[in-house]
Amino acid sequence: MIDVKRIEEVMRIAVEHSSADQLEVLASAKETALTRFSNNHIHQNVSETNMGLSIRAAVGQRLGYASTNRLDADSVKAMVDRATEMAAHRPPDDRFTSLPSPKATRKRDLVALSTVDCSPERRARQVEQLIRIAEAGELTAAGAFSTGYNIIGIANTLGVLATTVVSDASLKTVMMAETSSGYGSAIAVDVDDIDVEKIASEAAEKARISIDPIDIEPGPYTVILEPDAVADMVSFMAFAGFGALSLQEGRSFMKERLGQEIVSPLISIWDDAFDDHTIGLPFDFEGVPKQKVSFIENGVAKGVCYDTYTAAKEGVESTGHGLPAPNIHGPLPLNLIVGAGNSSLNDMVNGSERAILVTRFHYTNLEDPIKTTLTGMTRDGTFLIENGEIRSGIKNLRFTQSILEALSRVEQVSNERQMKDAFLGTIYVPALKIREFNFTGATQF
Amino acid sequence: MKELAFLALDVAKAYGATYADIRIIERQNEAIIIKNGRVEELGASTNYGFGIRVIADGAWGFAGSFLVERGEIERIARLAVETAKASALIKHKNVTLAPAPIITDSFTSPVQKDPFDVALQDKLAVLSRAEEVIRKTPGVSIASASMEMARHKKIFASLEGSYIEQEMTECGAGIHAIAISGNDIQERSYPNSHGGDSATAGYEFIESLMLGEHAAQIAEEAVQLLTAKECPSGEMTIILDGSQLALQVHESCGHPVELDRVLGMEASFAGTSFLTLDKLDKLRYGSPIVNINADATIPGALGTFAYDDEGIPAQRFDIVKDGMFKGYLTSRETAPILEQTSNGCMRADGWGRLPLIRMTNINLLPGNSSLAEMIDGVKDGVYLSTNRSWSIDDKRLNFQFATEIGWEIKNGKLGAVIKNPNYTGLTPEFWNSCDAIAGQDEWRVWGLANCGKGEPMQVAHVAHGAAPARFRNVKVGVGR
Ligand SMILES: [Zn+2]
Repeated sequence: MIDVKRIEEVMRIAVEHSSADQLEVLASAKETALTRFSNNHIHQNVSETNMGLSIRAAVGQRLGYASTNRLDADSVKAMVDRATEMAAHRPPDDRFTSLPSPKATRKRDLVALSTVDCSPERRARQVEQLIRIAEAGELTAAGAFSTGYNIIGIANTLGVLATTVVSDASLKTVMMAETSSGYGSAIAVDVDDIDVEKIASEAAEKARISIDPIDIEPGPYTVILEPDAVADMVSFMAFAGFGALSLQEGRSFMKERLGQEIVSPLISIWDDAFDDHTIGLPFDFEGVPKQKVSFIENGVAKGVCYDTYTAAKEGVESTGHGLPAPNIHGPLPLNLIVGAGNSSLNDMVNGSERAILVTRFHYTNLEDPIKTTLTGMTRDGTFLIENGEIRSGIKNLRFTQSILEALSRVEQVSNERQMKDAFLGTIYVPALKIREFNFTGATQF
Repeated sequence: MKELAFLALDVAKAYGATYADIRIIERQNEAIIIKNGRVEELGASTNYGFGIRVIADGAWGFAGSFLVERGEIERIARLAVETAKASALIKHKNVTLAPAPIITDSFTSPVQKDPFDVALQDKLAVLSRAEEVIRKTPGVSIASASMEMARHKKIFASLEGSYIEQEMTECGAGIHAIAISGNDIQERSYPNSHGGDSATAGYEFIESLMLGEHAAQIAEEAVQLLTAKECPSGEMTIILDGSQLALQVHESCGHPVELDRVLGMEASFAGTSFLTLDKLDKLRYGSPIVNINADATIPGALGTFAYDDEGIPAQRFDIVKDGMFKGYLTSRETAPILEQTSNGCMRADGWGRLPLIRMTNINLLPGNSSLAEMIDGVKDGVYLSTNRSWSIDDKRLNFQFATEIGWEIKNGKLGAVIKNPNYTGLTPEFWNSCDAIAGQDEWRVWGLANCGKGEPMQVAHVAHGAAPARFRNVKVGVGR
């Protein structure tokens, strides 16, 4: 079913038909499927086949955009004309210089045929395996198991031409008892790498040990954040401040602080699409090869990522972090990595006199992007640790906490890391132990 | 097109489907964003495809594709049935649907001024004028103005014999000012944050917003906020404006009354609901003046339609009546649990997604007070306007909202502007503390175009009618 030729053909038609000064074509084709379960049975089971074409046309310094999912030759040509017409009708943008010129890209496909060919029946069988584990623990399981692939092609009239194929599989589950719940998840390029039993057992264990949670007074606590919670927090941080546009517009917490220590020296954060622990494209959505970018190195603010437009503004090179045009957020990292430490989750628990262990956060949101004030709830396994041991589950808490301040108070970083879904793309993160994490409210479960 | 729709249903039936429906949808869209004097986005898009939903062996399957052609329709119909049969490998009981009327109809949402006929230059001029006023206000760091228009043409056909065509036109617009000084970032929006306001209407809706006339005020307020004092911390009386109340209704009432959520069908993603089945007709959700309904028939509102994506006619019904919890949003699959038929809340985000229970227009009905009267009755409190940030737990109890701006209220008078306001609470406690709601004169419907739900994620367009309301003993200024 993977048809890279079709994508290349569509791009060729668009580029050849162009009458604009410069033209860019972003084409994609995907097949995705998702099996969703709740109350220990499959209740939704879906798949989608789609293609897409986005055109960016430049007439002088005027840019116009058009997109469609009709990919016959006539529709493609009509969209090229539409984007060009849109461009012609708008005022020029004197900051636009050029679409990117071709650069050598590393050819890489991240695709597993077992994922591409995964049938609804195979997903059902694996979900069944997970549900058996839930039932054995007298738990109710809900979750989603998805598989799919995406072909992405980018071409422009300056000679950029690149395609790549990426597959991904994801399983997540929440297992619920009467008064508690637990969570487990994994993502991988190859569905064969998804360890259903491990995920199910982790979720079941969390639900089991958090039964009959106790009330606890909100306030500042030492917390141990498991990778899912860290992933959530760092995703918001990246969104708020690791892109060049946020820095140029003065709304990034990195402004006027490059070269300074902004968080604990135990923290390093970078983006690397070629790392083995991410699902990365070799080039960005402008066709620019992905560069490794360091945002925070041993606590010190190092830099931000760029696309062609924001790079031109500062006279630097794009780092290959452009998102599909038009894009109001500017460049953003899709393959985040947080550096490992030399601790472990066990060490953190064992070394804590009194702390709260958080499995994951729920519905987090930034109240202030420069102070990085984040609020959200804990979910699916929150525990009180006393004298180096998990004492009991606790009812979920709300936190209102500056991310930068939290990362300044990191005491331990785990050596083991996990790849998680980020806001955009993926993130590879350790567990963190942080002192004085500010819980500001509680709920009834 | 009718022929292709029936082909899908026939193929599904031939492969073993006992129920099947198909939706064929064409969507046309245009978006313009101007930021800091530059046209940031100016684009047109079209999107076309179909989705087939079936029941086979007593379980659900769904498949969709962009290629609206005979061969692909046959392939996708087969795939939907194959998927349903895979679902059936792990089922506890057969899916049964509440009966639905067989309907043949077509509906076009009223449009006075077709947004796709308005010249691009005119649209750009409207946005440029407002954006320029904001940008040129001293102290403003980022100025933006945006508009979006969309048209969906939907065909729904079911094996039971319904065939419905709907054409819906939506328009929305908004303006935004950000002022930054050091580490202080303040923002103001009109008519609402997160993209403004939208409606199921033509370009006349955008004209009615009069963006240009409101630009100076929000720009000045954003700058003023930089030197305003911090929101006080503590328990006090708050008055919320209509737009913030719209989101409060959305998060603390709209989502928890989705019956699929209540039944655990969203448990792994957005969560479940504190409004469990035993609470129906028994729980005092709010004070006796709190009345909330669902009404998919409000002319021009963003959550308005003629038929949902299961072919059920749009309806109006009570959610909260005199403070008591009275009703859920339902579907054909879930309604039988309440011994009811569907109240028509199933909608999908386009052809490639499965219909889910979604809010329509969920409204806090007007009371008999007014903003002036409510302020008059406050000794010490705050008036908060325009959402900035939102968060709520996975049973929809503990919420925390931040707003763009607030004003002190002292001894019945509106006082100084306050910055960084937020408030938090528990849903039933909060609604039970409501002691006044403004009347019809101050009531309006707010469109909300970014409601997320489901896996894969779907975005729904919904709306909420609200007038300002007052709440006692609310925790304000959290995390300071
Ligand atoms: Zn929502």
